[in-house]
Amino acid sequence: MNIGPITVPIELVRIMVAILAFSLFIGLNGVILVWLERKVAGHVQRRPGPYEVGPHGLLQPVADALKLIGKQLFIPKGADKILFWAAPILSFLPVFLLLIPMPFGPKLFALDVDLGLLLILAFAGVNVLAICLAGWSSRNKWSLLGAARAVSQCVAYEIPMLLSLLSVAFMEGTLNLTQIVNQQEPWLWNIVYQPLAFIIFFVCAVAETNRCPFDLPEAESELTAGFHTEYSGMAFSMFMLAEYSYIIVVCCVATAVFLGGWHGPFYPGSWWFLGKVYALILVFMWLRWTYPRVRFDQLLNINWKWLLPLSLLNLFVTAFLVKVL
Amino acid sequence: MLHTEREYSKLIAGDFYTHHMEPGPDDRTMILNMGPQHPSTHGVLRIVIEIDGEYILRAEPVLGYLHRMQEKMGELKTYLQYMPNMGRVDYLHALAWNWAYVGAVERLGGIEVPERAQYVRVITTELNRISSHLLWWGAFLLDLGAFTPILYAFDDREKILDLLQIPTGSRLTLCYFRPGGVVNDLTKDFIDGLREFIPHMRSRLPMYKGLVTDNIILRKRVEGVGIITEETCRRYGATGPVVRGSGLAYDVRRAEPYSVYDKFDFEIPTDKECDAMGRYNVRVAEIEQSLRIIEQALDAMPDGPHMVKGAPKVKWKAPAGESYFAVEGARGKIGVHVVSDGSNTPYRVKLRAPGFCNMSLFAEVARGVLIADAVAILGSLDLVIPELDR
Amino acid sequence: MNGISQMWKNISGLWSLIVGLKITGKYFVCPQVTVHYPRKTVDNLSTFRGPVELVASDNDPTKPKCIVCLQCAGACPSGCLTVAAKPAPKPTAEEIKAKKEAEAKGEKVKKAAPKELGTFRYDFTLCSLCGTCVDTCPVGSLQFSSDAYLASRNKEDFVYDLLARLADQAKGIKSGSSQSKE
Ligand code: SF4
Ligand code: SF4
Repeated sequence: MNIGPITVPIELVRIMVAILAFSLFIGLNGVILVWLERKVAGHVQRRPGPYEVGPHGLLQPVADALKLIGKQLFIPKGADKILFWAAPILSFLPVFLLLIPMPFGPKLFALDVDLGLLLILAFAGVNVLAICLAGWSSRNKWSLLGAARAVSQCVAYEIPMLLSLLSVAFMEGTLNLTQIVNQQEPWLWNIVYQPLAFIIFFVCAVAETNRCPFDLPEAESELTAGFHTEYSGMAFSMFMLAEYSYIIVVCCVATAVFLGGWHGPFYPGSWWFLGKVYALILVFMWLRWTYPRVRFDQLLNINWKWLLPLSLLNLFVTAFLVKVL
Repeated sequence: MLHTEREYSKLIAGDFYTHHMEPGPDDRTMILNMGPQHPSTHGVLRIVIEIDGEYILRAEPVLGYLHRMQEKMGELKTYLQYMPNMGRVDYLHALAWNWAYVGAVERLGGIEVPERAQYVRVITTELNRISSHLLWWGAFLLDLGAFTPILYAFDDREKILDLLQIPTGSRLTLCYFRPGGVVNDLTKDFIDGLREFIPHMRSRLPMYKGLVTDNIILRKRVEGVGIITEETCRRYGATGPVVRGSGLAYDVRRAEPYSVYDKFDFEIPTDKECDAMGRYNVRVAEIEQSLRIIEQALDAMPDGPHMVKGAPKVKWKAPAGESYFAVEGARGKIGVHVVSDGSNTPYRVKLRAPGFCNMSLFAEVARGVLIADAVAILGSLDLVIPELDR
Repeated sequence: MNGISQMWKNISGLWSLIVGLKITGKYFVCPQVTVHYPRKTVDNLSTFRGPVELVASDNDPTKPKCIVCLQCAGACPSGCLTVAAKPAPKPTAEEIKAKKEAEAKGEKVKKAAPKELGTFRYDFTLCSLCGTCVDTCPVGSLQFSSDAYLASRNKEDFVYDLLARLADQAKGIKSGSSQSKE
């Protein structure tokens, strides 16, 4: 593209526009998901949930956000100032990168990246660093424990997650998310061929996003609030926003890789994609409001003793079948 | 320069208790305060723990954050004026404390209680026991990270509170018994409501089982965790579901039957496993047993006065002497010892809180477990902190 | 074998997770059980023990039954109640004269009128709603109201003048509601 004398690569423009759109998307989703989570919790527990601010409490998250903005930002004595403030930002920033290769619709994506899946997996790990920094720099022993939990949990669960995605990649012969979606038929999604991989991916996704029943880094009845014990106001809401954004990202990946992306039996388009993403998110919430929390050693046992061997097995079988058939 | 975590923490933080927790052999351990504002200590229990990674090497409970001088107040108020305090010692099973105190006073003054009042006491106390167990159930699950069960439990507990409000007038800090009887008789509303409630509660129990008891995550969290042997229970004087969860069928209602409890047919649930699951099972089974007692009491309840004629008035002078009365509370054996010097205020009131003995176990049981398990153990002991500190 | 049966137990345990989801899913669509407070209120307040209030005598709704025996004030464990009689009205000169004449004639003198309640202050902030005062009153002049919705920014609002409250009630003003509006 030419603007006057300078030539701007079209990709750059696309990325700029996309980042703007993503900011809107994430902000809006943050608001909706907070509201949705509280509504789901409310209805599961047979109460209305937020109800007073706005129709059916729709404006409650906005009010909450305003309250959080107005709160004092507090640094505990002895905390490492720079890292303490860097952590929430660091946890939030990679979300944009993760959304770039996401195919929201047949033509609706920021960039068609050949190694899209790899990009997502690579940058998803940054969040762990942020949580680790947050826990470590707070100079709070509970936060420290939360950080230690987060690191060992995320690192462990990344492996079966990767393996389960890899088996789909073997099948499709590509790491490009748009192509993966394109190669799925309207009804015969990858979940039909790879049910085990989907289940493994889903469990890992719950663990990676620190959601109940795997919400150990912030287990509030054990570690008060885990890694974000000391955070208040906007810093805290950055963590919350990041958490919800990661949920969106993993659900997007699951939708694109396993659930046929924008494909649907009729009128294929982005609405199918969004609908599937939200359905998955609802399942996330449903799980959260049903189960108790697992214990830390059990969490790692589930990973190393069950998910890892199963995903390896799945991978080998897939590889074998792909070669033979 | 402060070089180690230990030096640093000594300088900026801690008090008598943390400083006097003897340091371990090396620098790898960390001293940590669990409470008094920790979410899983249910109020203001404080536990100083020394941890290595997530393993607890030692745990020392620190009490007294909710000490309200209940025993001293007993010496200053007249016998009747002390009644409202009893609803506040253990607000979850207020009527058991009501009963323990009026029982001691009745024994002291040789006051007869009419038959009907005895049955009314049994019915309301058992109902209160169910509500206490329900709240424990929800709070325990909250400790283990499940948010929803407590609200289901509150749904049912609400029904009990609505019922109890009819005769007692209040919902939590009940002050219903008086030496010589109870304040109000049971009305038809109450009895009808109760007859409806019993099958409703029974129909809810399978849901509790499906949602929680059978849940594999919960089972893995509590099975084999926090093993308390019968011998440990005896050493610490633990009572209630804690000792029954360790296989010893000790229940004051059976061991030294008071009031009309010897007329009812009920089981004392025990569990041989001695772990947190055992204590869990015992409490859930007790809900059913309490329902059975209530049913029998409703059927057998005679007519008659609910208060004896010539019941003590506010300025009543007790004969000199002393008496002790024990009842089975939701948390264990509640004992009240009253000493009288013949005036209208007790000379001394001693309250035996079951939670105190049950909690003293914790330091021993929590040695060497994970923090998450410590939370599960603490929850399975069912502590009510105001009762510990009195 | 043991290991395999253990494994099987774990796998079959997964079914319980689905049972749990079924239960919460069912309740998700079930109607709510809570009461939306400002729009709906609970209806079982008649047995609720709210702040203590005076009972009007049978023939005059503005006058309490109270005979100013002061027993309730002494019985209350927390000293919430302050009861005092009206100072007895000074007999006028005529009355004294009439009395003296009557005495001189040897007629039976009418006794002084029964004491009348002057103040009845009740500090709800101290009250534990135990009911000792209600039980103690020999003429049943005290009862529990069923005011549950009490809120104020001012501590003094909960020190009630029960006589004024009784007068309000006689006039048909609900004093509880006026309090919460302030
Ligand atoms: S209810 Fe109890 S505390 Fe309240 S005024 Fe009457 S005697 Fe005093
Ligand atoms: S006890 Fe009854 S009659 Fe006596 S002062 Fe109190 S309210 Fe009046």
